[in-house]
Amino acid sequence: MSTAGDATRAEIRNGASFASRLGFAAPALVAGGLAIGLTALFAAAAGADPARAIGSLLSGSVGSGASLATTLLRAGPLLLTGIGVMLAFRSGVFNVGAEGQLLIGALAATAVGTRLGAWPGQVVLVLLAGAVGGALWAAIAAWLRARRQVNEVITTILLNFVALYLVSWAVAGPLQESGRTYPQSDPFPDPAMLWRVPPGTRLHFGLVLALLAAIGAGVLLSRTATGLRLRAAGLNPAAARLAGFPVGRDLLLAFTLSGALAGVAGAIEVAGVTGRLYERISTGTGYTAIAVALLGGLRSGGVLLAALFFAALATGASAMERSAGVSAVLALAVQGATILIVAITNRMSWTGLAASSGDRDGT
Amino acid sequence: MVLESFLAAGLLLATPILLAALGELLVERTGVLNIGVEGTMLAGAFAAALAASASGDAGLGALAAVGMGVAVAALFAGATLFLGADQIIAGAAINLLALGATGTLYRALLGGTGAPLLLPSLPPLPVPLLADLPFVGRIFFSQNAVVYLAIVVVPILAALLSRTGLGLRLRAIGDHPAAASSLGYSVRAHRFWATLVGGALGGLGGATLTLAATNTFVEGITAGRGFVALAVVVFGRWSPWGALAGALLFGLASALQFQLQAAALSIPYQAFLMLPYVLTLLVLVVSRGSASAPRALGTRES
Repeated sequence: MSTAGDATRAEIRNGASFASRLGFAAPALVAGGLAIGLTALFAAAAGADPARAIGSLLSGSVGSGASLATTLLRAGPLLLTGIGVMLAFRSGVFNVGAEGQLLIGALAATAVGTRLGAWPGQVVLVLLAGAVGGALWAAIAAWLRARRQVNEVITTILLNFVALYLVSWAVAGPLQESGRTYPQSDPFPDPAMLWRVPPGTRLHFGLVLALLAAIGAGVLLSRTATGLRLRAAGLNPAAARLAGFPVGRDLLLAFTLSGALAGVAGAIEVAGVTGRLYERISTGTGYTAIAVALLGGLRSGGVLLAALFFAALATGASAMERSAGVSAVLALAVQGATILIVAITNRMSWTGLAASSGDRDGT
Repeated sequence: MVLESFLAAGLLLATPILLAALGELLVERTGVLNIGVEGTMLAGAFAAALAASASGDAGLGALAAVGMGVAVAALFAGATLFLGADQIIAGAAINLLALGATGTLYRALLGGTGAPLLLPSLPPLPVPLLADLPFVGRIFFSQNAVVYLAIVVVPILAALLSRTGLGLRLRAIGDHPAAASSLGYSVRAHRFWATLVGGALGGLGGATLTLAATNTFVEGITAGRGFVALAVVVFGRWSPWGALAGALLFGLASALQFQLQAAALSIPYQAFLMLPYVLTLLVLVVSRGSASAPRALGTRES
């Protein structure tokens, strides 16, 4: 409690203004404007009417209640995975395996949701299964790094593919629907589905969870002793070890927490939106999460805005494909170009960011 | 006979990854981490498909892929080396950009008819005399020109890095950029050219997918091979010979997967699709350690 107060006073002494505290919003806001301009440019290059493309991009993403709901539904898993990636990166763990952890989370959630009958409160266990599944999948990579010094970038990438094929096998094997017609699971029974919040809409409790996770991760990192240790390990593992911090244990903690969040993202997708597991349950959410975390400046508030931005772009792009005849994968090009430009103008860096906040405390 | 065709297929499937890994290895040795290999390969594969289908000549396709690889690498180098963008963010951005741009352009230019695109393929070039050798002739000396090129690059790159003054400078820049700079060597120039050469190899690796392995282009055809190439660099401990071993391991595992699927065992096919990734993981677990990474890898110019 007092350390948090001291830190705030120190920041004020060091001249950290209110404006700079809102700085996290800048990249996402710049990105929003850039994305609109780039979409017009790319749409024109692909032979479509740019004005029409922009119009459908905007109306299709936030222009109506229905499209806004779709955007929010997409933003939920992006926020959870993005926060997971943020936690890992800030702790010096380069976990690029959110995609695999999300898939295993969805797989575990589906096993509990469709293979254990139906009983009141089942959804709690469904969510828990997702978290445990994602955490265990991440723990493989964490264990390999801690015990065998194998670089986690490689292991998490490889595990993403293994997870993809595991899901593909499960929906045609042990988790396949009783009718055995399509490669998909049985539908979730009602008590395994997430509560609608607010009732009567398509929005679900998973979105609330995602918001809570974003707040919780922010508090954990900046206001707790554990968070201080994690950030220290991220900034300078050698120094953290010298200071007597349990760096190995913290690495495992950051990695599994990150995986658990991705696993919950998978669980809320099956228990909140699709109601079933099938092979293409994730459209690269775990990969986009890396971009979400980085564009969000590895801060909770920024990651929230970035998740909303990416979700709106994807939703708007689908509408654009229907009405302006521009293919929806254009959104990926816009995302890439936007990130590149923001990276250049902001010179943001997942390593540099942590370092620069350290400098501020020092001067 | 079965063994021969299995090994020959393994070599062919290893080639795209080997080329991309050799390019990335050179780049990483100078201290630059370009995780945009996946996007570079994809852009190269697309350029190859476009040029080959327009001209009917697979050779021109391969050339276009090299050009595209260099262009994508120049974009990465411009952003990171000259405009100060973070390497990992820029690399991730390029992957997204390539996936989106090739997908959009493919639908606009090549797709839309619904019929699968059939591309001219790089013809096998049997080496006179050697191709007639029993066993090895069929495996090593009846491949296409790009496979030979990939294999030849291995000793050349190894010699360049460990036996020439240029190689020493490149490695010094990757380990101690400040020291190299104080000796009067331009860190930025060396990194820039290394990145362009890496892009050329990555683009050509992508071309092998469209012009030799499949003879078609589909969206996202690289399917993570660029990431596998990144893994192969670490697996091979930043040595070209190590990269060759890693790429062959992955290529052979992929070929084995096709053989086993053809054998129609009662094992689910997903188990075979997983095989290359699981095998690579297991080998990493057994071989452990990555102490030979360039010390300044991924850091900004200092």
